[in-house]
Amino acid sequence: MLPYLIKRLGSLIVSLFVASLVIFACIEIVPGDPASFMLGVNAQPDTVNALREELGLNTSHTQRYVSWISGLLKGDLGTSYTYRSPVSDIVADRLQVSVPLALYALTLTILIAFPVGVLAAAWRGSAVDLFVMGATQLGIAVPNFWFAILMVIVFAINLGWFSAGGFPGWDAGILAVIKALTLPAVALALPQASILARVMRSSLLDTLSEDYIRSARAKGLSRRQVMWRHALRNAMIPVLTIIGLQFSFLLAGAIIIENVFFLPGLGRLVFQAITQRDLIVVESVVMLLVFAVVLVNFLVDLAYAWVDPRLRERS
Amino acid sequence: MMSETRSSRKALKSRNLFIGVALTSIFALAALLSLIWTPYDVTQLDISSKLKSPSWEHLFGTDHFGRDTFSMVMVGAQTSISVAFIAVGIGMGLGVPLGLSAAAYRGGLLDEFIMRGNDLIFAFPSLLIAIMITAVFGPSAVNAIIAIGIFNIPVFARLSRGAALPLWTRDFILSARVAGKGSARISVEHILPNITNLLVVQGTIQFSLGILAEAGLSYVGLGVQPPIPSWGRMLAESQTLISIAPHLALFPGFAILLTVLGLNLAGDGLRDLLDPRIRRTRR
Repeated sequence: MLPYLIKRLGSLIVSLFVASLVIFACIEIVPGDPASFMLGVNAQPDTVNALREELGLNTSHTQRYVSWISGLLKGDLGTSYTYRSPVSDIVADRLQVSVPLALYALTLTILIAFPVGVLAAAWRGSAVDLFVMGATQLGIAVPNFWFAILMVIVFAINLGWFSAGGFPGWDAGILAVIKALTLPAVALALPQASILARVMRSSLLDTLSEDYIRSARAKGLSRRQVMWRHALRNAMIPVLTIIGLQFSFLLAGAIIIENVFFLPGLGRLVFQAITQRDLIVVESVVMLLVFAVVLVNFLVDLAYAWVDPRLRERS
Repeated sequence: MMSETRSSRKALKSRNLFIGVALTSIFALAALLSLIWTPYDVTQLDISSKLKSPSWEHLFGTDHFGRDTFSMVMVGAQTSISVAFIAVGIGMGLGVPLGLSAAAYRGGLLDEFIMRGNDLIFAFPSLLIAIMITAVFGPSAVNAIIAIGIFNIPVFARLSRGAALPLWTRDFILSARVAGKGSARISVEHILPNITNLLVVQGTIQFSLGILAEAGLSYVGLGVQPPIPSWGRMLAESQTLISIAPHLALFPGFAILLTVLGLNLAGDGLRDLLDPRIRRTRR
């Protein structure tokens, strides 16, 4: 397990290093220089110069990159130009919305996809299976922000069960938070659950056709026992991979969904920073999101090395 | 009994292909037709007939500027389809040569470099980077195409490398080698024709993902700019008016849904028709 861990850790660090270079380069090549880009065309020359000084634009690229990275490593994400406060404070604030939203959506995804996928695989070819395949086909094709708008029309405007947008804050109580986050979480979960249910179904079908399943049946286990004891555990490997990948989609998909519901989360922060040309926020938050995604995929890799010892040995 | 279920499944698959191709053709034809004719001019504002409900005069109603929604959905088809199509073209145009060379020089430094680069792009949340690209270079159709296209490159590189690798051990490649052909020529003349089916199927799937991505980008205002209509922005504009004119939110959404559904069904059907062994790969 240890050599595998070291190897994966190595590629994690390389990924993060290259990602930081790409993000840094993106910000550096904005038209003009970052200072004049951020202030726009009507800025006074001395304002631009002051910002240049603040951003350290008078130093070399290498120096700036090194100071950005060493700041990140110490938890210093820089200071936002529009908010005039440390980016880390703003991020901490926004995480109170984004993390619960992502977890809520992921929970819904798994709660929907697992039973649906298992049911479709167990009754392969039946009406249940056909219905699941049809419904998931639709779920994949629906643009989730449109689905979100439709849900707002039905459940917020007409029925008044949930709020149409905004976030009351955690002080308003858990019920108010659930009211605000349910529709966004469902919108995020719908396409993900459709994909995951299909993966679950096909992975189970693959596993159920293996020889050891036949042996288990031959030694007298019932269909149900085989399903729970042998098939499900082995079918989990591709499912875990997809869950890992879906986390990155939940983070990015939240940019759009948070905009639909005016939720003050990380996604909306990035988007607002982009329209306000607050490059420091963009640079650090994008890096943070990439870090979260790479880290989750790393943890998923470890998880299935743990589930399936064959994977450890092969590498 | 077994063969019966199998043949009924097969019939179902070809029905999928039929429905998929039919849906896709409807929107493709609408897009083509919009180049020469639309019921109303989409740049023509007519405030006196704003926010009309669907009627014979305006099939899908009108928006807050009095523009005909039906005509806008037609032109929107043109926007969506062309952005997604060119993005797939970029992915194939760059990804396939990369994948083929990785396979031709497998195990070498080039292979390693190409595949690790692909892993990196895969590791990033694609929409986030797309938004960053359009943010830095400004929102426009071209930047949306580039942003979506970049993420198609590793998909096609990985696919063509994976499909080309087993082919390199086959006898007919060996004979081509003996005949004195170089790796590049073998890749183009013998490998490429053998992986075209796969590329077509994957292309259809990426096309549908591209339509969704374009809709998302233009929803947040980072796609095609006004006055050119796009489905995503029509939805964004409809949102402020949902309580008085819900029809504005319906039609562009259905257009996206049906186009994506059509492409997915067509992709599934094509896969079963061309190569039953291919496993559908989805992000």
